[in-house]
Amino acid sequence: MSLAEQIVTDQPAEGWVTADGRQIGPVMMEMRNITLRFGGVEAIKDISFDIRQGEIRAIIGPNGAGKSSMLNVISGFYNPQEGEVWFHGQRRPRMRPYEVARQGVARTFQNIALFEGMTVLDNVMTGRLNHMKAGVFRQALWFGRAEREEIENREKVERIIDFLEIQSIRKTPVARLPYGLKKRVELARALAAEPKLLLLDEPMAGMNVEEKEDMSRFILDVNDEFGTTIALIEHDMGVVMDLSDRVVVMDYGRKIGDGTPDEVRSNQDVIDAYLGVAHD
Amino acid sequence: MRDISHAAGGPVNSVPALLERNAKTWPDRTAYREKEFGIWQSWTWAETREEVRDLALGLLDLGVQPGDFIAIIGTNRPHLYWAIPAAQMVGAVPVPLYSDSAAEEMAYVLDHCGARFVVAEDQEQVDKVIEVKPQLPALEHILYLDPRGMRKYDHAHLHDYGQVQQQGRAARDALTPEMERRTAALGPEDICVMLYTSGTTGKPKGVVLSNSNIIETSKNSSEFDNLGPGEEVLAYLPMAWVGDFIFSIGQAYWSGFCVNCPESETTLATDLREIGPSYYFAPPRVFETQLTNVMIRMEDAGRFKKWLFDKCMAHARQVGGRMLDGQRVELADQLKYRLGELLIYGPLKDTLGLRRIRVGYTAGEAIGPEIFDFYRALGINLKQLYGQTEASVFITQQPDGEVRSDTVGVASPGVELKIAESGEVFYRSPGVFQLYYKNPESTASTKDPEGWVATGDAGFIEEGSGHLRIIDRAKDVGKMADGSLFAPKYVENKLKFFPNILEAVVFGNGRETCTAFINIDLTAVGNWAERNNIAYSSYQELAGHPQVLETIRSHVEQVNRSVAEDEMLSGCQIHRFLVLHKELDADDGEMTRTRKVRRKIIEEKYADLIAALYDGSGQVSTRTEVTYEDGRKGHISATLKLCDAAVMDRGAERVAAE
Repeated sequence: MSLAEQIVTDQPAEGWVTADGRQIGPVMMEMRNITLRFGGVEAIKDISFDIRQGEIRAIIGPNGAGKSSMLNVISGFYNPQEGEVWFHGQRRPRMRPYEVARQGVARTFQNIALFEGMTVLDNVMTGRLNHMKAGVFRQALWFGRAEREEIENREKVERIIDFLEIQSIRKTPVARLPYGLKKRVELARALAAEPKLLLLDEPMAGMNVEEKEDMSRFILDVNDEFGTTIALIEHDMGVVMDLSDRVVVMDYGRKIGDGTPDEVRSNQDVIDAYLGVAHD
Repeated sequence: MRDISHAAGGPVNSVPALLERNAKTWPDRTAYREKEFGIWQSWTWAETREEVRDLALGLLDLGVQPGDFIAIIGTNRPHLYWAIPAAQMVGAVPVPLYSDSAAEEMAYVLDHCGARFVVAEDQEQVDKVIEVKPQLPALEHILYLDPRGMRKYDHAHLHDYGQVQQQGRAARDALTPEMERRTAALGPEDICVMLYTSGTTGKPKGVVLSNSNIIETSKNSSEFDNLGPGEEVLAYLPMAWVGDFIFSIGQAYWSGFCVNCPESETTLATDLREIGPSYYFAPPRVFETQLTNVMIRMEDAGRFKKWLFDKCMAHARQVGGRMLDGQRVELADQLKYRLGELLIYGPLKDTLGLRRIRVGYTAGEAIGPEIFDFYRALGINLKQLYGQTEASVFITQQPDGEVRSDTVGVASPGVELKIAESGEVFYRSPGVFQLYYKNPESTASTKDPEGWVATGDAGFIEEGSGHLRIIDRAKDVGKMADGSLFAPKYVENKLKFFPNILEAVVFGNGRETCTAFINIDLTAVGNWAERNNIAYSSYQELAGHPQVLETIRSHVEQVNRSVAEDEMLSGCQIHRFLVLHKELDADDGEMTRTRKVRRKIIEEKYADLIAALYDGSGQVSTRTEVTYEDGRKGHISATLKLCDAAVMDRGAERVAAE
């Protein structure tokens, strides 16, 4: 038995309540023996883990460990050669990313992927596209259903703008914003889709301490207020350990640890992977 | 025009009575607006009365007793404003607090008044109150407005504002008689509000203002400026400040304004533009910053636009102010001004959000004549007033047509003025406060048995115009070695009117000559450096740049010329000065949180620099302790150059130049 499996603690199937009073529910998404290859390179090697309803789940690991690939498997961008993805108790067939998005999975990107020339408001509105049903014709002329939908969706978007405290840049083109705010706008757009599962690819990368604190606060608030399940990749260990309920540790495409932050922190394989180990 | 009939329904003794009257007189007129979710949400007077009533009933349901103190902590939001009349309706006293104060500062005030209830805006404020709750035996219930992040809190003594209103509504039949009994019992002498002074010296003092203080003052001042229903105001200054209480509660309820609350602090400029208030108050600093921004933007504008702007502004400076004062202006000039209004003034006022202003006030500090004239030239009726918390704001104000930058106007309606032999200004008015809460010694030393109140400011009444001119804080006014008057603030203000100078501290009490510390304004000087390709890496480096020192010297000399014109104060010319290597900072205790310099502390801390200014040396090395925002301490070392400035002759006496 590998160390990775040893440290998985006994977890009741129906979930539990955390020390700070948050409800962790049953398993929402399960990755079973996922293997992902690019030609001869194995980016992910036989990895299994689950994401529970309402939890903040972190995926960590050194550079090139396969974290972003893992996130891309979850979001449907990559389809693994082996293994199964189970979502809400059902095996997920091969899906295109937009189909996954319709199932309630939204994400942000490591390198910000916003429409730079559009305003913050318009960018966030694009997050609502999956919720708009009116046809091109009506949308172009803005009447009937299109008008109603836009008003409804705008209200949802305004609540998110209020929640993330970006009112003052509502009408500002994204290109004019500093980096930290762009990250926040990206989060806003992902939230606008009202996801059940939110994937964050390095939400704090390149931020200063204050911006990191703000972002951490928002992530916790999103989880708390909307009950959104969050899976995130992050390099800042302090942030990961503070935010997450459970952590998956990857190295060279393998899972080397899985458990609560405390369990992971004391795992020898994890320490070796991060600090390096003397080969004798 | 003001509708007189609304006062005819008999005497109104309290703010809740005014609310009742407004809900009857103008049920469908908008009373409050708040921008939320990107849209201006509004409430009519009738709706406001319902909201306030529900809250009052809810408070009653929670067990508020007559005489209880209810603290209100948060930014300007309609729901928090409603807590004020709601508290009064059940016989309690509202105490608005500064929302940006730290938990310990809050603890002092909450403990001092023994607040049983707190109405807080959000999690941030609730956290602060909970942090100090163990020190507050009297505190029982906390209401919060914004439920975000509050779900996990223990709700034994914590209540959602909306739910309290709902409970009040549910118990309406049972509780209304008791509430109406308490509201009807409110008399003119009962406490309307308690406001804590910010406390430049020592602990904050709780100023008790009665219903008649507030209502009489609001009535007089509204009549003075012809304020009536339909006036739009933007509520953005702290709720704990007496000015906001008078503008957004007193005058607003008396005259029937619509009070507009901004979306957030950061959207203020946009919100101001969208609302376009007709009655507006801002401290000089706000006008100053706005003007600096306009000027910086104009520097970047195209050549033609810049030329047009300069041309139009030059004309506006000549005739704009005079036209505003109703003086005769030649027809050609009037037409030219109209054209300017079309091309420059109008669009500029729109951008600034000041287009619809009928009456604008500034107070708190002296305002630079250039700044003041700029706004007047644009046709904005900006005036000055002089007031205090203890006076329910108004002591003097400038009537339309008699506006000048160097006076604070004539006594407000109902106010009597008296200048003591020491030069200190005293006043007596219907707005004079009742007492400092739990502080009879301070009450006695400020207010004499006849009702005269010491302002703590020295000034004189100008002959001819009858306008009051304030020179300085009375305790700061001193004598030079030769017996002439020493008024540091008077000189400092003149210095600070230069955009390049952020702060100045003048010394010279009991000495032969005056000297000064100067802080440069990093925005203005930095902008200048950028334009002139002057590289600098820090404030300290820029402050020590020879060209900067030369510029500051020319400013100082200009001030000396202006000071020399005033016979009484010509002794205050600055002989030597230095530009400080760091900005004076509240974190280092050198300034108060409201950015007033603490002379004593600066004098002690920089004793070596002052000594050097007086011993004639050319430069001085020093090491200063600084406190970072997170409380850590550090040191900066610097060598400062001491500069001489030319002074003017004063009458028969001759003072050497250089």
